[in-house]
Formats: sequence, structure tokens, C-alpha cells
Amino acid sequence: MSNIWVVMITLGLLTFGLRLSFVLLLERWQPPDLVARALRFVPVAVLTAIFIPEILLRDGSFALLPLNPRLFAGVAAILIAWKTKSALWTISAGMAIFWLATWLIR
Amino acid sequence: MANGQSSIKNEFLRGIRAELPILLGVAPFGMIYGVLAASAGFSLFDAQAMSSVVFAGSSQFMLVQMFEMGTPAIMMILTGFVINLRHALYSASIAPYTRHLSTLWKVILSYLLTDEAYAVAVMRYRDDEEITHKHWFFLGAGLALWTCWQVSTAAGLFLGAQVPPQWGLDFTLALTFIAIAVPAIKDRPSLLSALSAGATALLAWNLPYKLGLIASALVGIAVGLWSEKK
Repeated sequence: MSNIWVVMITLGLLTFGLRLSFVLLLERWQPPDLVARALRFVPVAVLTAIFIPEILLRDGSFALLPLNPRLFAGVAAILIAWKTKSALWTISAGMAIFWLATWLIR
Repeated sequence: MANGQSSIKNEFLRGIRAELPILLGVAPFGMIYGVLAASAGFSLFDAQAMSSVVFAGSSQFMLVQMFEMGTPAIMMILTGFVINLRHALYSASIAPYTRHLSTLWKVILSYLLTDEAYAVAVMRYRDDEEITHKHWFFLGAGLALWTCWQVSTAAGLFLGAQVPPQWGLDFTLALTFIAIAVPAIKDRPSLLSALSAGATALLAWNLPYKLGLIASALVGIAVGLWSEKK
């Protein structure tokens, strides 16, 4: 079995375990208050920690305006997401702005 | 119950229908995953299998990236786990509604508990309490999403090498996360949590094996909890 299958099966089981955790255990076990409150911040913290370097860094160094179409489109997408709360609008408009900016800069 | 059967079918179909608009956003995401996996050197079988074994888009994207960089297995697992931690939150939120179900139902619905199925199912659960068989609604929504994810992965793998890298399709990863994270920032603690996690990610960028991501998640959670108290 190759390395990637070890990763896939382990992560698959862990992810399934996370999804099943409270659904299966809630009757017998109540999570400590701190855990319940900490969980609320997980999606926002993790997702922001992934997308911020994606739009700000290029090969490990800061890439600021106007030469970085990812930053330009990323900031636009943040504003669109905040205003519309629509995933479809954020992704499609963000991609269109990214392509336009790439084309203009080139 | 005389109308039990029709109500089951009704709820199931309603679940599928409620999921359809969301699939418009999911299908391109699945296709891009397929394209990226193919270009990262995954075999077609492995890449397709990951979509049902892991079945969590954002961690699949990250695994493909880390695989291409030659990251050690343990770091890939740890990073994927941190990214998928949010599913425990969905589990906690949905648990009060699934209490009465059999273990088999709990197992099936938990497997289907993705961001997009959760979003639709929890809204139905919060509807009128008189409505029965809401777990069939959840099942319909979850299966619709699952099917879409598998089919769009296959389509992406099929297109694979025909999509030139200059298109920058990997940027949709950042955009998708912006689309999920930004609307989830609803108060001061969640804003501070996001900002501190983002700043830590930049500062810790040079740490090996994406350890910066784990550090950022911890800082973001700590700052969120701390600012809640003030």
C-alpha cells in the first residue's frame, strides 16, 4: 500500500470520527464548556490562515499591489463575500477579476 | 401513520431540491480538485477514491498540494485533521436533532456531514417542529452533494492535462475559503480570531511542513476565546 493510501485512510477515518463525534456521544457525554466555545472559532481561524498567505505571498515573500493579481482579486472577493454572503458570487466574480488583473498586468 | 411513506419520499426529494443551488458552486470546486490532483501526479484511481474516502474538499486540496511538495505522511494527516476539525462543530450542532435515530442512521448521516449538507440540513431542522422524517431531508441533501462531488471529481480528472496552468485555477481554493470564512465573521471575537490567525500564518510561513497552519489555528482560537471574555 502506497504512502498516499495510508494518509487517505487515516485522514478519512479521523474526519469521519469528527463528523460522528457529537452525533454519537452527545447522550452520554457533554463537552466541556471551553471545548464547545473553542470550536466556534475553528472554521474562521483555519480558513483565514490558509487564504491569507495564498493572496499575500508569492514564493514566500510579500507581493503587494499592483503586481499581484491574487491580492487584488482576493481583496475584491473578501468585499463581495462580506456584502453578498454568496459563495457563487464570491468565487465567480473573484475568478473573473483575477483573470482580468492578470491580463492587464501582463 | 397513514401518510408516513409519502412524507418520507417528500422529505427526501425536498432535501435534494434544497441542495441543488449549492451544487452550482460545488461542481466547479470538485472539477478543479480533479484537475489539480491529476497534475500533481495522482493516479486516476487514487484521486477518485480520495473523494469518497476523505470526502472533504478543502483538505483534499491541501493534501494534493502537500503531496506535490513531498510532505511527510504524518504532517499531511495532521494538517488535514486541523482543516477538518470544523466538522466536529457541525456534529455538535446537529446532534440534538439526530438523538432519536438508530446508530446506522447516525453513521450514514455523519459520513454525509459536509459544510454544504450541514448548511441545508440545519435550516430544515430549525423549521416547524411538527414536520417529521427530517432525517430523510438530510439524507437527500447529503446524497445529492456526495453524487455531485464524485461526478465533478471524475470530470476534472478527465479534463486533467487539458487545462493549462496559466489559468490559475488553484486560486479558486483561496476564493472558496474566502466565501466560507468571511460570512462566518459575525462579531468582534470572530473578527479578531480571523485577523490573528491570518497574521500568524504570514509570520510562520517559513516553518516546515505547513506547521504554520496549526500554529495559526491555535492562535486564532486562543484570541477568539480571550476577546470573548472582555
